[in-house]
Amino acid sequence: MSDILKYFTVKEMKKSLVMSLWFMILTFPIMVIKVNTIEDTVVWRWGNLIGIGIGAFFMSTLWRYLLERKNMQSPLSDKKTLQIRVMDWANENPKAKTTALIAVGAFMAAFPFLTSMYQTSIMTTALMYIVLGLGLNIVVGLGGLLHLGYAAFYAVGAYTYALLNYHFGLSFWICLPIGAGLATVMGILLAIPVLRLRGDYLAIVTLGFGEVIRIILENWNDFSFGPSGIANIPRPGFFGMSMKLQTATIYIYFIMIAMVIFTIFVVRRLENSRMGRAWIAMREDEIASESMGIDITKSKITTFALGAFWAGMVGVIFAAKTTFINPASFTLWESVMILCVVVIGGMGSIFGVVIGALILILLPEYLRAFSEYRMLMFGAILVIMMVFRPGGIISNIRKKYKFEPTQNSAESSKEGV
Amino acid sequence: MDLSYFFELFVGGLTRGSIYALIALGYTMVYGIIKLINFAHGEIYMIGAFTALIIASVLSFTGMNPVLIFLIASVLAIFFSAAYGVTMEKIAYTPLRGSQRLSALISAIGMSMFLQNYVLLAQTSDFLPFPELVPDFKFLKPVEHLISSTSFLILITTAIVMVLLTYLIKFTRTGKAMRATSQDAKMAQLLGINISRIITITFIIGSSTAALGGVLISTHIGQLNFYIGFIAGIKAFVAAVLGGIGSIPGAVLGSFVLGWTESFGTGYISSDYEDVFAFLFLIIILIFRPSGILGRPENKKV
Amino acid sequence: MKRLFAVMLIILLAGSMVFAGGKKESGTIKIAVAGPHSGDLASYGLPTVKAAEIMVEKINAEGGLLGRQVELVIEDDVCKPEVATNTAAKIVGEGVVAVIGHICSGATKAAMGIYNDSKILAISPSATNPALTQSGDYPNFFRTIASDDAQARIEVDFALDTLGLTKIAVLHDKGDYGKGLAEFAQKFLEADSRAEVVLFEGVTPGAVDYTAVINKIKNSGADGIIFGGYHPEASKIVSQMKKRAMDIPFISDDGVKDNTFIKVAGDYAEGVYASGPMDTTTNPLTIQATKEHQEKYGEDPGAFYLNAYAALQAVFNAIEVAGSTDYDAVTNALRTSYVETTLGKIKFDSKGDAEGVGFSMYQVQNGVYVELK
Repeated sequence: MSDILKYFTVKEMKKSLVMSLWFMILTFPIMVIKVNTIEDTVVWRWGNLIGIGIGAFFMSTLWRYLLERKNMQSPLSDKKTLQIRVMDWANENPKAKTTALIAVGAFMAAFPFLTSMYQTSIMTTALMYIVLGLGLNIVVGLGGLLHLGYAAFYAVGAYTYALLNYHFGLSFWICLPIGAGLATVMGILLAIPVLRLRGDYLAIVTLGFGEVIRIILENWNDFSFGPSGIANIPRPGFFGMSMKLQTATIYIYFIMIAMVIFTIFVVRRLENSRMGRAWIAMREDEIASESMGIDITKSKITTFALGAFWAGMVGVIFAAKTTFINPASFTLWESVMILCVVVIGGMGSIFGVVIGALILILLPEYLRAFSEYRMLMFGAILVIMMVFRPGGIISNIRKKYKFEPTQNSAESSKEGV
Repeated sequence: MDLSYFFELFVGGLTRGSIYALIALGYTMVYGIIKLINFAHGEIYMIGAFTALIIASVLSFTGMNPVLIFLIASVLAIFFSAAYGVTMEKIAYTPLRGSQRLSALISAIGMSMFLQNYVLLAQTSDFLPFPELVPDFKFLKPVEHLISSTSFLILITTAIVMVLLTYLIKFTRTGKAMRATSQDAKMAQLLGINISRIITITFIIGSSTAALGGVLISTHIGQLNFYIGFIAGIKAFVAAVLGGIGSIPGAVLGSFVLGWTESFGTGYISSDYEDVFAFLFLIIILIFRPSGILGRPENKKV
Repeated sequence: MKRLFAVMLIILLAGSMVFAGGKKESGTIKIAVAGPHSGDLASYGLPTVKAAEIMVEKINAEGGLLGRQVELVIEDDVCKPEVATNTAAKIVGEGVVAVIGHICSGATKAAMGIYNDSKILAISPSATNPALTQSGDYPNFFRTIASDDAQARIEVDFALDTLGLTKIAVLHDKGDYGKGLAEFAQKFLEADSRAEVVLFEGVTPGAVDYTAVINKIKNSGADGIIFGGYHPEASKIVSQMKKRAMDIPFISDDGVKDNTFIKVAGDYAEGVYASGPMDTTTNPLTIQATKEHQEKYGEDPGAFYLNAYAALQAVFNAIEVAGSTDYDAVTNALRTSYVETTLGKIKFDSKGDAEGVGFSMYQVQNGVYVELK
C-alpha cells in the first residue's frame, strides 16, 4: 500500500493536474452549460466543473497507480495468481472441495427460504443468465464465433411456449423440449448460410438475424400478437396443483437450479468430448484444424445448434416466469448482455460464466440504491473490469496433459479443471 | 411503373444513404486501424450533436448571424468530439491493446452505456429541438419536393469528406502509416511507425466526422436526445460492413446501398419491414461476397 | 477441515442476514413509482417521477396523509416485462400501498399479476392497452388515460365528421401504444363507409429520415393522416412533410399532445390535431401543476406528467376518504368518490378506467394547443 505514496510527488501531481484540467475542458459544455428552454436563459453550473476537476485529479492518480500495478504482474511472472492458488488447493484437498461444494449447494437450496420474494426472483433471473451464458459460451467461448443474435433463439423458446399454450393449451413441461428443439433447428438454419463468414462479418450477420426475428415478431400480428405481446402465460404446474405467487416463485427457482446443474453437467461433458475438442481446435485456427481432419462445417453447425438449444430452453422458462412476453424483451441489447456475461466471466470457462452471470445480473439490481446513476455506474464498471481483467474474472486455464513416466507404464494425469 | 415515384424514392434513398455514410466513414476508419467494433462511435456522434446544440443555443442569445453560429457550433462540436474520442481511446481501449478482441468490444459497450447515461444525467432525457441554422438555398426551390436544403448539405459534405479522407489515406505520409498499421501493426511498429500516434490520429479523424455528422443530421431531423447515437451507430456499422469494413469508398457505397434498400423496400413493399430488408440484403451480399462489396478478401493463413 | 466448514456456515448466515433485512412496518405510507427511468424510453417515465416528487413534497409539508408522512419508492423497469416482474417483486417487499405505474402496457401486464397477488393497487398514467381494463384479469388496475380504442374512436370521428376526410393514411411507430391505437383506428375506419384506409404502415422509431414513407403517403393520394405514437416520430414526420410542401391534416394522440412536440417541431407543428383530456388549458389545478414543475425543475413538464399528477391526486384522496391504507377500502374509495384532479373531476369505473375524463381534440394554433369545441 505504501507504494501509492510515490504518486504524490511533484511530477505525478503535475500529471494529475494536467488530467484534471483536460477533463474540466472536456466536460465543460455538457456538464456546465444547461440551456433553459422555457425562459430562454442559460444556467451555468460551475459547481460541476469544480467537482469534475477534483474528481479527475484523484481518479487519474488512482488510475495510473492501478494500471502500473496491473502491468507489473505480467503474465510471464511466476507469481501464482489467487485463482491458480485456489485451484491448486482444491486439487490437493479433494475433501475440502467437496465440502465447499456442499456448502454452496446448501446455501443455494436455503436461499429462497431465507430471503424475500424479490431476492428469489432476481436470483432466478441470474440463474437463467447462467444457462444462457453457458449456451452462448459454446458458440463464442469454445467455437470462437462471435454471435450477436443470440436473443433470437431465446425468443423462439419463449414464443413457442406462449403460442402453443395459447392455441393448444400445452403445458410447460411439454413445451420445454419443443422450445429447445425448435431453437436448435433455428440454430442450424442460421448456421448454414454463414458458414463462409468469419469474425466481424459473422457478428453483423448474426446481429441482423436477431433483429429480423424481433421485427417479424413485432409486425406479424396474426402470428405473434405484435408489440402488445401475449399475457396470462401460466406458470409451470406441479402435478396440476395451483400455487400461490410466493410458492410459484420458489418453484421456478428450483427448476432453474436443476437446469443450471443439468447444463453444467452436459456442457462439461461436451467440452471434453471429441466434438468439444474439435470446437476448441476450430477456435484456435480454422485452417490448421481443417488440415488435421476436423470437419469445420460440422463443427460450426453443431456449435450453433447446441448453443441455440439452451437459449430455447431458458426462453420457455422465461415466458413462464414473467407470464407475459412481447418483442421488447428480445432486442439486440439482450444479446449484448449475454455476450457480456460470457466475456466478463472469462471466455471458455464454465465457472467464469457462472460468476459473470451472477455479477452482471445482480449488480444492476443492487445498484438500484444509486437510482438514476445505476446504468452510468454499470457502464463504468464494464470498462474498468475489462481494463483491469481483460481475460475475464476467471480466465480459462487450458487443460494440461502431463506425461509422467512411471516404472512400467506411461501414465497421463490431468491437471487443472 | 410510376417513374416519378421511383425517382422520389431514389433521391430519398440517396439522402438517407449520405446520412449513414457520414457516420460510417468514422466507423470504418477506426475499424481499419484497430479492428475494433467501436460500439461507442454512435455516442461520439450524439455528443457532437449535443455540444453543437448547447453552443448554438448559447450563441443565439447574442443575436449572431445563424450561419456564423452554425459554423462556430460545428467547429467546437468537432473539437470536443475529437477530444472525447481520444480520451475514450486512452481510457477504454489503449490498456486493452494486445488482449483478446472481445474484451475491447465489451469495453466499448460499457463506454457506450456510460456516455449515454452521462448525457442523460447532465442534460435531460427529453427530446430537444435543434435550432434551424441552415438557410434555405434559393436554387433548390424548383426541386423542393425532392430534396431539402439540409439533405443537400449532407450530400455535399459526405462527398467532400470522402474525397478528403481518400486523399489523406492514399497520398499523405500519415495515410501511408495508417495503411501500414492496418495491414500489420507489429511490422509497422518495427519499421518505426509510432502506432499510438496513428491510432490517436485515427480516433481524432473518426470522431470529427462523427461530430460533423451529428451536427448536420440533427439539423436535418430538427431534434435530438441522448439515445440517438445507438441506432445511428448500428446502421453505420451495417453500412460499413456491407461496403467492406475498413474501406473508405466501401463505407460510402455501402451506406448508399443500405439507404436505397430501405427506401425502395418502404416505397414498394412496406416500412413495417424496413430493417428486415436491410438485414436480409446484407446477409445475401455477404453470402456471395463474404468481405463486403469493396472489401478485399482476407488471406487465410495458418 | 472443520474450520473451513465453520467459515462457510458463518458466510452463509451473514449473507442471509444481509438479504433478509428491512421488511418491517414503518410509520410512513409508501407509494411506489415504477417505469422506465433509464434507456431509450426514459423520457416517458421520468416526468411521472417528477410529478410524484412534487406531490409528495407538497403533501408532506401539509402534514402528510392521515397524519403519516408519505414516502416514495422509485423503481426502474426499463419498460421490459422481465425487469418489471423483478421490480414488482421488490415493490411488494417494500410494503407499498399503491403503485403509480407502470408506464408501458407490456411491463404493466407483467407486473400486475404480482401486485394482484399481494393486494396492491396500481394506477398507470400511460398504459393504454384496452385489455388491461376490459379483460377483467387485473382487478387492481386503474388508469388516468383513455384506452387505445377510446382515443382511436375520437380521432376517427373527428377525421370523418369534422374534417370530412375520405382517404386516410394510418401510421404508427410499431410500439405497443402506437400500433394498438392505429389498429383500432383502422378497424373503425373500415367499419365506416365514408372513408377508406389507403395506407397502413409502421415507421421505425429513431430512424434518421422518413422521406420514403412520406413519398409513399403522397403517392397513395391520402387526404389526411392518423398517427399512433409519440411526439419524436410525429415531429419528424410533420416537419419533413411540410418541408416538402405537403400539407394535409395530421391527426394524432395523447402521446403527441405534449408541449415538447410544439417546442421540437416549431413552426411545422402549426395546424396539427391531437386528442387529449378535456379542459386542461383552463383547469386551475392543471395550470398550478405545470407551474410547480417549472418552478422546481426550470422546464416544461414532459409526457404523461398531468396524468401522473392526477393519478397521485386520486390515490391521496382515496386514502383520505378510506381513512386507512387497507386495499379494499382504498380501491372502493377510488371507485366511488369523485376527486378534483388536473384532468377534471374523476372517479374510476368498475373496470378501472377513469370516469369524468372527457376527451376532446386539440389543434396547434400560434404555438399552443387550443381545444376545439
